[in-house]
Order: sequence, then structure tokens, then C-alpha cells
Amino acid sequence: MLRTTKVKRTTASAAVALLAAAALTGCGTTAVSGPSPTAEQTSLGDNEGSVSILAWPGYVEDGSNDPSVDWVSGFEAKTGCAVTSKVYGTSDEAVNLMKTGDYDVVAASGDATLRLIAGGDVAPVNTDLIPSYAGIYDFLKNRAWNSVDGRSYGVPHGYGANLLMYNTDVVQPAPTSWSAVFDDASQYAGKVTAYDSPIYIADAALYLMTHKPELGIKDPYALDETQLAAAVGLLKAQRVNVGEYWSDYLKQIQSFTSGDSVVGTSWQVIQNSLAAEGAKTAVVLPEEGTTGWSDTWMIASKAKSPNCAYAWLDWISSPETNGKATAYFGEAPSSEAACNYRDDCEAFHAGDADYASKIHYWTTPVAACLDGRTDVTCTDYTRWTAAWQEIKG
Amino acid sequence: MNALLSPGLGRRTSSFLATHSRARLALVLIAPLTWLVVVYVVALALLLVTALWRVDGYTGQISPSWTLDNIRTVVTGSLYQTVTLRTVGVAVVVTVVDVLIALPIAFYMAKVASPRARRLLVIATLMPLWASYLVKAYAWRSLLSEQGLLNWVLAPTGLQGPGYGLTAAIITLSYLWLPYVILPIYAGLEKVPDSLIEASSDLGASTWRTLGSVVLPLTTPAIIAGTIFSFSLSLGDYITVTIVGGTSQVLGNLVYTNVGAANNLPLAAAIALVPIVIIFGYLALVRRTGALDNL
Repeated sequence: MLRTTKVKRTTASAAVALLAAAALTGCGTTAVSGPSPTAEQTSLGDNEGSVSILAWPGYVEDGSNDPSVDWVSGFEAKTGCAVTSKVYGTSDEAVNLMKTGDYDVVAASGDATLRLIAGGDVAPVNTDLIPSYAGIYDFLKNRAWNSVDGRSYGVPHGYGANLLMYNTDVVQPAPTSWSAVFDDASQYAGKVTAYDSPIYIADAALYLMTHKPELGIKDPYALDETQLAAAVGLLKAQRVNVGEYWSDYLKQIQSFTSGDSVVGTSWQVIQNSLAAEGAKTAVVLPEEGTTGWSDTWMIASKAKSPNCAYAWLDWISSPETNGKATAYFGEAPSSEAACNYRDDCEAFHAGDADYASKIHYWTTPVAACLDGRTDVTCTDYTRWTAAWQEIKG
Repeated sequence: MNALLSPGLGRRTSSFLATHSRARLALVLIAPLTWLVVVYVVALALLLVTALWRVDGYTGQISPSWTLDNIRTVVTGSLYQTVTLRTVGVAVVVTVVDVLIALPIAFYMAKVASPRARRLLVIATLMPLWASYLVKAYAWRSLLSEQGLLNWVLAPTGLQGPGYGLTAAIITLSYLWLPYVILPIYAGLEKVPDSLIEASSDLGASTWRTLGSVVLPLTTPAIIAGTIFSFSLSLGDYITVTIVGGTSQVLGNLVYTNVGAANNLPLAAAIALVPIVIIFGYLALVRRTGALDNL
């Protein structure tokens, strides 16, 4: 008896809660804000005294993680802008955080930039106000992921390639093609690894560009339904041989050390860590070319401290800071002069335009085909995410 | 505040409260009820209401216009059906494994061990809870790896460990939730009077007959209480599968990717409804057994 009354009461309060929720959300239905057109700044004013930055781990170091790694204190002393920063783990997280409007500056990879621009979260940047911009490599400027209609949306930071990593003991002869993880993956069944993100579909599309030219893929980020289906088919066939997908770089290091993975996509910075541990791994940029990232420092459209934001963009792209920050992260810097401040530029092929031309940088897939086709609709990132979940099953 | 400072008013308030039991009750319950209803239930309900919204594919903005599309996708999509079955399957196996391990341990603790040994065993059971979930999951990751301890131990027998995959996830989850299953069963067994067991054997029942006809029926509610923990915790978990599950994904992974990667909160909320519905169904089923009184 007691129990039934209790349950009745619980049900009643749950119903009340649901009604309250419905009432509250009813108020929210009108608050739809679309992207608003924003203009770039024409001149700089006084610094506001603080700037809040959203960045990948290792991009904004103030010495609190490692006293010897600090390029924030110098900025604060020079400009009077106190820096607060937050790190994020994935591009998708960055896009979500930028919607809060709490940040003035964001360091975004190419798979996030167009979403940020389309969402009206970032503003065009007047590069004339940033003296350091002149020193940046030309092949990084005004690309599909950092400009729209010829207007620049930020300053390039570092860039890097997704490489094919293999265990030199197990994978012989040394692979030169991505077929090691696609068509020939069954040789290493259960020990193949792949990057766990919808953007990995582009890696399959890139492979199909060379090996199935009849599909007519021109850009791995501009896939119509047929082309996407082919890439998904390839990835589903690959899945049988995949031991695990990775997105956490420590997990990747561990599985190559323990032998659970012997071949798969990886980064130069991971290879550097593995080499330091004495693991028997090597990386190669396969003959088909590869995907990669090029990060951009962007300014929020509703920045509370736009002047400090401009000051940060100039500071972080100045040779010394750019060299330190990209060296610490393990990627190529965005300017020639930055290499004067680090000694490993060669390992990352910095400034090697030929090497860089083999990298198809991450770009957000959108419905308007990025390769210029107008007769078809391309698949967008939401579609890619759904496809990625299907692939993993 | 002022009421407490002024002695006259304070006295009046206290005499008011002394004679009005309902007002007294209301005052006592305000804080916990606010917590439960506003912070907990309403927040959850608000989140679930987004299941009825849609998201703009390009800008990623949520547009609060009502639609049943997400719910329909989750109910009819073959991906979600497969993953739901897999998730429930894992939760059921983990629960069965945990109960089979927990029963003898709990019985020994409650009925056989000396009071001193009992205290030590309770501490031993609780000990894994002192370490972080992640530490334990990663420990299993290295135990189960190619060159891990398990393969090393199995090597002389010619066998091989399961590697990363669903089996590894089941092993790890069973390990993680075991204390939550042992404790309620132990508590339930402690309540079974020794005199009943003695009476049973005085009347000529064998040990097994006593266990089957006396102890087990009296402990069933406690066992079910334990299963609620392992079942619901397994149903909601996704981190273990990420760490040791190889390529497999469960409902939690789908929720996570839809919030994190796809920025599709409405679909994530719709997927999150699945385990909630399953758990509510399970609770409704076990309510009559009295298991909920054992929690």
C-alpha cells in the first residue's frame, strides 16, 4: 500500500517537472539566432587589459605546465593583456565552446573553421593590422579553410600531415601506399588502427582518388552520395581488420609500443615520442598523398577584447613565438623565420612546398561542393558523422 | 535571518512550527526537494526535451521547432537497433558474471567468516573503489594487451587472451561493478537469521536444500538490488568500451559522438532515452519483488 502511494507521488512530481520543462522551453522557441554578417576591424584601439583564448593543448603555454615552456608571460608584459586560456580535445568540442561567446580568440583546425565562420562565431581578420602576417608562408594563406570570398578569417599557425605509421619488425617490406591499411589490410588483421573521427572518411576518399579514378573524386572533402558510399564501403571493409580506432594520442603510443597496433594513421609528434622510447616504428608519407591539418588563429565575432585579440595574433605568429609553440606541439611552423628558433624544422618538412602540396588539409565538408561542382549536392559534415557511426556499426 | 536574531519572533516561529507539523515538514524538505526537482529532474527533463528539436546541418545551431524525427531515427534505424541489442547484451552478461562471482563471496562474508575476517573482507571489497575508474580501466587495457600479463600467463598453455573487444569490455565492466553487487547481496544475506538455517538442517535438509529453499528465496530481493547496479551502470557506460573495446561501440559512444563530434544534441538526447526507457522497464519489473527496499 505504502509503495503504491509512493509511486503515484513520484509519477505526479515527474509529470510536474515535465510540464515545467515544457513551459520553460516554450519561452526559448523564439530565440533563434542565425549567422550575422560581421565586418573586419579597420584600425586598432587601446588594449583592453585581458584576452581569453581557446586552443589545442600546448598552444598557449604560460609556464604552469613546464616552467621552461612559456610564451605567454612575455606577451602579457609587452601588451598588458592578461591571458586566460582553455584547452580543448577535439575540433567538435572547440566549435561547441565557441558558441558560448566566452572566448576572444580560437586556434581552429580546418575541419572546424568553416563551421565557425558559417555559424557566425568568428569575424574576418584585417591582416594589415598584423605585422607578423607578412612572414607567413604564402602556401598557407587564403586557403579554402581560412578564407571565404577572398576575406581572410585568421592567421595560419602550424601544419602537419597524417602519416602512415608501421612497426618495422612486422610490416615488411616497408609500405609506400595506403593500401597497407585498405586493400592489403587483411595481412595485419586485428592490428590495423585508424583515426576515430568522421573526418577520416577523407582518407578513404583520397585513396579512392588514385585507385578508383572512375569515381571522379577531385577533392576528398567534396563527395557526392555515390562517392561517399564508395568511401564508406572501403572503410566498412577495413573495419574487419581494425583492432581499434584512436583519437587520444597517448592511447596510440601505447598500442604501438605494446604491439596491439602495427600499421595505421599517425602523426609525426607520435613517431617522435615512440622513437624516444626506442619503439620499432617508422612513418611514411604514402605515394597517394595524405590528409593533414593547418590550424588558424581566429577572432570571435563577439570578442570582448578585440584589440588584445589582434595583439595575440601578431604575437603568436611572430617568428620566435611561432617557432616555440609549434616545436612544443610537434608540427611545422607557419613561417621561414620561425625555424631560426627551433632545430627540428627538417623533420617536419617546414616550408617544403612540394611536401605540403601532397597534404590535403582538413576542411569541413559542406553541401556546396568544395571542388566547384554545381550539378550535384555534396555530403555535409552531419552526413559524414552519421556515415562514420554506420561504419563503426 | 532576522527572525533568528529577534528572540520574540524566534520564539513565536518555533511555537508555530511545534504545532504545525506540515509547515515543519515543508521547511525541512525545501532544500533536498529543490535539489532533486530543480537541479536533477528538471535539468534532465530539459535535456530530454531537446530530443524533440532539430539541428541546422550547416551552422550547427539548434532550432527549437518540434519534430519526432530523432525519436523515429533511433527507433527505426538499424544502427541503433544493433547497438541497443549489443549494449543490453553486454549489460546482461556483466550482470550474470557479477552475480555468479558475488554470491559465494557474499555468502562467505555473511555466514561463514569470523567477525574479524568479515571486516577485512568488507574492506577488501571496497578497496578497488578507492582507485579512480580510469586507472582501473587503463590497468585492464595493459593487462589485456598483446604483450600484457594475461597473455604471458596463458602462454605456456598455448592459449591467447581475448585482446581488445567486447569480451575485454565485459571483463573490465564486471571487475568495475563487482563491489556494487557484493555489498547489497552481503547486506541481504546478513538479514537472513541463522536460526532459520539451523532449523532447516535440524529438520534434515541437506546443505544444498537449505541454500535453495531457505537462503536463496530470502536473498532474491538483495540479488536483484545488486543487478540493478551492474545492469544500469553497464548500460550507461562508454568509457570502458572506448579504452578496451577495440572497434565496438555501445549506446554511450553514440551519445558521446553526437554531442561531441556531430554537435547534434537533439539526436544524442533521443539516443539517451533508450537506456532510460530500458532501466525504467527493468525497475517496473523488479518493483514487486521488494528489491528496491534493499537499495
